[in-house]
Amino acid sequence: MSDLVQRAAAIAAEVAGACAHAVDRDARFPHESFAALKSARLLGAMVPRDFGGEQAGLADIAGACHALGRACGSTGLIYAMHQIQVACIVRHGQGSAWHRGLLERLAAEQLLLGSATTEAGVGGDVRRSVCALGTDGARFAIDKQASVISYGADADGILATARRAADAPPSDQVITVVMKDDARLVPSDGWDTLGMRGTCSVGYRLVGSGGLDQILPQPYAEISAQTMLPVTHILWSAVWLGIATEAVARARAFIRAAARKTPGTMPPGAVRLAETVAGLHQTRAGVADAIRQFEAAADADRLSSLSFAVAMNALKVNSATAAVRAVEGALLVCGLAGYRNDGPFSLGRLLRDAHSAALMINNDRILANSAGLLLVDKEDTGLFG
Amino acid sequence: MKRMSDAIFRDSAVTPQDLTEAIRAVLADCGCLAADAAAPADDDDLYGLGLTSQGSVHLMLALEDRFGIEFPERLLRRRTFSSVAAIREAVAGLIDGTAAA
Repeated sequence: MSDLVQRAAAIAAEVAGACAHAVDRDARFPHESFAALKSARLLGAMVPRDFGGEQAGLADIAGACHALGRACGSTGLIYAMHQIQVACIVRHGQGSAWHRGLLERLAAEQLLLGSATTEAGVGGDVRRSVCALGTDGARFAIDKQASVISYGADADGILATARRAADAPPSDQVITVVMKDDARLVPSDGWDTLGMRGTCSVGYRLVGSGGLDQILPQPYAEISAQTMLPVTHILWSAVWLGIATEAVARARAFIRAAARKTPGTMPPGAVRLAETVAGLHQTRAGVADAIRQFEAAADADRLSSLSFAVAMNALKVNSATAAVRAVEGALLVCGLAGYRNDGPFSLGRLLRDAHSAALMINNDRILANSAGLLLVDKEDTGLFG
Repeated sequence: MKRMSDAIFRDSAVTPQDLTEAIRAVLADCGCLAADAAAPADDDDLYGLGLTSQGSVHLMLALEDRFGIEFPERLLRRRTFSSVAAIREAVAGLIDGTAAA
């Protein structure tokens, strides 16, 4: 385990796990976890050394997401969503002075970044925008009815998509940074959900402004294909895998305890546990392989290729499905002890959190996207891609 | 829909202008640009005119049908469909075989 993942695991064990129940019960932002992550300098870990960060790679960040997700799904997911925004700035912002300054601030001040990519009126399609950037001299203005801005109230800055200009079509999007001091967030609804309650993924009207140099120079379509989409699916999967791993760990502890009580007899759930563990191995292999593919995709061409998008879509759907299946398997193993809302084998929060996975960009939407790509994608991969 | 590849193989006099017009016709037919987009000039950014990644899939299928070609994996890139000129380069290469996979 790398030093970075160890630091995250320590915070997961000492802080995130300890507040997970209260975060879930009260549907509130996990302040304790993020204070600890900031003081361990884990929010700016991906920032290159030239800008004061530790230049952590995606595998390490995924490892941190996994460790945090085990202890508190909401903490893990917020950490993942923040790192997705950081990855976009690291990979697409270094050619612009303003974003280089932001990278320095991310490292020095350990800022927390959120995202406003969904919007009312586009039916959940993040690759179309209704709102357009208005420009006035060297400034832009944005007014976006965002269906969701996770932890918007606690973010120091928000990456928001919009049409490039008032006369641009819905798909001609840019993504810009809006800093907290330049933004007004008007909540459009409350927040009382089945799971992932600490993410506080409330809808907001985002009214903000900024300098034109805060807009990332590349089209959002390219940033999405080359970074946001693959990094999102990889880091989300790492969080879900963490939830699944925790559920299976509880099931393993349950079976061990049962086996100790009846030496010589195999506890009834032991075979089901073995099956669940096998599924977990498969999911872990999928995440590891996706990270390998992302790191091997050296150029923009490969990252923008259809077969890469199909692979990253497959990862998301597979991990989301597998997370629920793993927790359900653990539930069958633990029986009533898992179904209880108290006790060391309780699985309720894990199951509720895991069910968010298939809905975060709905699996059906992702499969429909892949179905379109597969009409023309001709890649015929060998055993190791 | 009329196929063009046979004609091109038979008649080397097919000009880039013919190909350009044929590509513009496919673009107009497949409805993958914004409804109010004007006919694109050679180097206009088609993504700026409303082409989406799913739209480019349908555009590619229409081009394959129209010209009797198949886009190999290495041409399945955003850049290939970024302008009429880029499409022309890819299609011309596929028709005369120089862009075969």
